[in-house]
Amino acid sequence: MKLFWKNREIKKMKFRHKHILALRDLSKEDMELLLETAESMREINSRDIKKVPTLRGRTIINLFYESSTRTRTSFEIAGKRLSADTINISPSTSSATKGETLADTALNLQAMKPDIVVMRHAVSGSHYFLSNKLNCSIINAGDGAHEHPSQGLLDMLTIKDRFGRLDGLKVAIVGDITHSRVARSNIQGLTRMGSHVYLAGPPTMMPPGVEKLGNVTVCSSMTEAISDADVVMMLRIQQERQGKTLMPTTREYCRYFGLNPENLKLARPDAMVMHPGPINRGVELSSCVADGDQSHVLKQVENGVAVRMAMLYHVCSEECAE
Amino acid sequence: MPEIKSRTTILDKNGIRRALTRIAHEILEKNKGLADVVLVGIQSGGVHLARELSVCIESIENEQVPTGSVDITLYRDDFKTHAPYRSVGKSDIPFSLEGKRVVLVDDVLYTGRTIRAAMDALIDYGRPARVQLAVLVDRGHRELPIRADFVGRNVPTSRMESVEVNFDEQDKAVEVILEKQGDKKDEVQA
Repeated sequence: MKLFWKNREIKKMKFRHKHILALRDLSKEDMELLLETAESMREINSRDIKKVPTLRGRTIINLFYESSTRTRTSFEIAGKRLSADTINISPSTSSATKGETLADTALNLQAMKPDIVVMRHAVSGSHYFLSNKLNCSIINAGDGAHEHPSQGLLDMLTIKDRFGRLDGLKVAIVGDITHSRVARSNIQGLTRMGSHVYLAGPPTMMPPGVEKLGNVTVCSSMTEAISDADVVMMLRIQQERQGKTLMPTTREYCRYFGLNPENLKLARPDAMVMHPGPINRGVELSSCVADGDQSHVLKQVENGVAVRMAMLYHVCSEECAE
Repeated sequence: MPEIKSRTTILDKNGIRRALTRIAHEILEKNKGLADVVLVGIQSGGVHLARELSVCIESIENEQVPTGSVDITLYRDDFKTHAPYRSVGKSDIPFSLEGKRVVLVDDVLYTGRTIRAAMDALIDYGRPARVQLAVLVDRGHRELPIRADFVGRNVPTSRMESVEVNFDEQDKAVEVILEKQGDKKDEVQA
């Protein structure tokens, strides 16, 4: 009889990253570990007492230079449910308004000995700059048009919940790919996990060379991208990042790249509709679809807390190993 | 990894079955039946044993006993040294613990730190009327004031030894092994 040494079978997996700056930096195994931990964390969020003592005594600073409802609240709740002390700093109340540089702000925060700084910043790559300056761990909560790793992970978790796997799925990402950090993180994550990503959007919003990122196909029309797709991920039109010249009108955009009950029929009947929020109702997503049976938008938000708990947990545990 | 000097079987398949049957009877006797009794196994060995115990109890009383599992990774007091090497397992307690007589089940009772963590976890699920502890093996060396209510086998051990409970493909416990390892002093002498 074959015997299993259960006590030794406990997985000796280790997360080897002090920072989580981009999914590009993470291996498939790293992402699998984060998703697996997130699945376990989800149970905590369904209890009456939604708190475990794991990160007791640790301090997490949420430094958000751009506005955010979901991500900041989600990181704050994630930290609190792991018993860490979380502090939120937003630009309107910080010294950034007095002209303090990012490096100075960060060094001053570091003097207060945080364990993790979760930052969102409008400049792509600002997290790499900070990770060389600070001793504490840094988690990217969105940097410019670069990456949004926690969103990528929670999207992958939501897809995995629905299909039980990520490999072999056809995932359509539709919208402003150029300015979307959500798209970049999802492309990096999903292609590494074996999904095939199809991109569609106005040519003015499609970055040249994006197909070099991996298993990515650039489609000439939305129809081509969403036909037989397992997942349709719609992106927000980011008017704050765009110039005026990228599209003539939102009505025209909606006609060619908006998801409505009609064109959703092109996707597989059990396809899931996703959106990172906030939704521009009636532009990229019609209200019918956003509130329909196939929409997983709120499920994404729910998974966000668990994924961010997993990220905080593993970043902290890595720091302990040193 | 120190060299393994000897392996002794403390309990074989039949021994384990007898011990679990006796523990099942003791649980029923101590709690005067099954009213409000629930079993909660500690990941991962304790979960399998809790399931086996529930089968034993059901065959005695013809009544099902609610059985859940708890993972204590997030409650450990050695997060600083051990956390990176453990993945977080799943807790599954699909019933309220409020006012229940909870029997915690683990395979090996050693320092008692796992049980401390498990009790913290349980209390986050509600306020049990009573918490009892059932273990297959008690090997001594407690570091906290914790005592088992139901013990399969007391095994005096040294800290250099290790106790392993092995399970088969169906997650049924098949043997308990005591391994004596060469300690550092021995290695120097060798």
